[in-house]
Amino acid sequence: MAESTLRTTARRPAKSSFWKAIAAIAWKDLSAELRSRELLSAMLVFSLLVILIFNFALELDITTRRTVTSGVLWATFAFAGTLGLNRSMAVEKDRGCLDGLLLAPVDRSAIYFGKVISNLVFMLIVEAIVLPIYSVLYSINLFQPGLLLVILLGSVGYVAVGTLLSSMAVQTRTRDVLLPILLFPVVVPILIAAVKASGGYLTNAPMTDILPWLNLLIAYDVIFTAIAFMVFDYVVEE
Amino acid sequence: MIEVKKLVKRFGLKTVLRGLDFRVQPGEFVALLGPNGAGKTTFLRILASLSRPSLGIVDIAGYSLPKQAAAVRARLGVVSHLPLLYDDLTAEENLTFYARMYGIDNLNARITEVLEMVGLEARRRDLVRTFSRGMQQRLAIGRAVLHDPDVMLFDEPYTGLDQDASSMLDGVLQTVAGQGRTVVMTSHDLARAEDLATRFDILSRGVIAASSTREGLGKGNLLTFYKQALAG
Repeated sequence: MAESTLRTTARRPAKSSFWKAIAAIAWKDLSAELRSRELLSAMLVFSLLVILIFNFALELDITTRRTVTSGVLWATFAFAGTLGLNRSMAVEKDRGCLDGLLLAPVDRSAIYFGKVISNLVFMLIVEAIVLPIYSVLYSINLFQPGLLLVILLGSVGYVAVGTLLSSMAVQTRTRDVLLPILLFPVVVPILIAAVKASGGYLTNAPMTDILPWLNLLIAYDVIFTAIAFMVFDYVVEE
Repeated sequence: MIEVKKLVKRFGLKTVLRGLDFRVQPGEFVALLGPNGAGKTTFLRILASLSRPSLGIVDIAGYSLPKQAAAVRARLGVVSHLPLLYDDLTAEENLTFYARMYGIDNLNARITEVLEMVGLEARRRDLVRTFSRGMQQRLAIGRAVLHDPDVMLFDEPYTGLDQDASSMLDGVLQTVAGQGRTVVMTSHDLARAEDLATRFDILSRGVIAASSTREGLGKGNLLTFYKQALAG
């Protein structure tokens, strides 16, 4: 063991940059997931099972298929997303790593945004795999720019709220049960807006019908991200 | 280096710390001893800025908690009985992550230096999940000293370690303390505390019930001192 020069050669750190801390957390989550694949495989298996079950359960003609698709998709994404959010924060809590993050000399909202980015990437990866499979199973083209924009906006809002609430739920013993109970009432507006806007694109509704829902999605994303930014510090501190 | 005055911590109706006063000079190694439920971990979590005091003043290295928490955290290294490490990352990746969080420049050289200090250089590319408990705890100390903190807090660092791992951890702790750092360590292991610390504080019912330096106590008297403090 080196009896060292450790103190003389070590450098007193400057306060870590907000952006570097966000990037470090996202890099850490993605690297760990790339190796374990625990979170993504759970989300994916769940999502694929749901769309498969719906495919067999609903014997639909092409028109009805278009109208129910948005509901099936968002139910799938919402429940799969809950699995991912729970797991993502549980990893931090179980080994005490959340304390490790909180001990870093960075603004704690950097921790929140780092987790939001990694959770969003996981959700988008699952969606990118589910969408083509859904398209094949239901014979519907889901690769429309407008629909993809709605999926992105809906996912951002869902993850922004979900990350905040999962960091709250993970402090309790009943975190697996508590997260959906806390999350779903809060994300109801975003799920309704996402379902309506997605449905509008799938049924070729006029833009005037879709636009209010798109605006609601954008407003929700901005408002809830701002709220989470302001309250995260209080949520994670004892 | 650490100054705590009239510290009170309440969890709902339960008061854990009841007007605790505590002062540590630079370079001191204080063993904070006490029975389960005395408030040792709660106190250390407040010093680590992980928990907010209900009342009282907490200053570390000239910075006040909770207002200047980020400045305090930059000068603080914390080791608990949990390793605060990611199982699915290697030792090197774990340290790289924490080095980025602390804004450390030239991180490769620093990580090598720290891994050599804790005797894990040969295992730097191994996943943490393949490490024994003792190795994880040594790496946890490496994580905690990565940013060269002035103050180290150890919360029951020997929990779950076998005899060999504990002896190895002794060496790492002595190295860390020997570098002029101020150390506060909670422990139930009086023999180890007596070997390592320069001062012994007994925490009982939310206050410091007794305090003595190593010189003032004399060798082999810690157990008697501890029992008397709890009885009084």
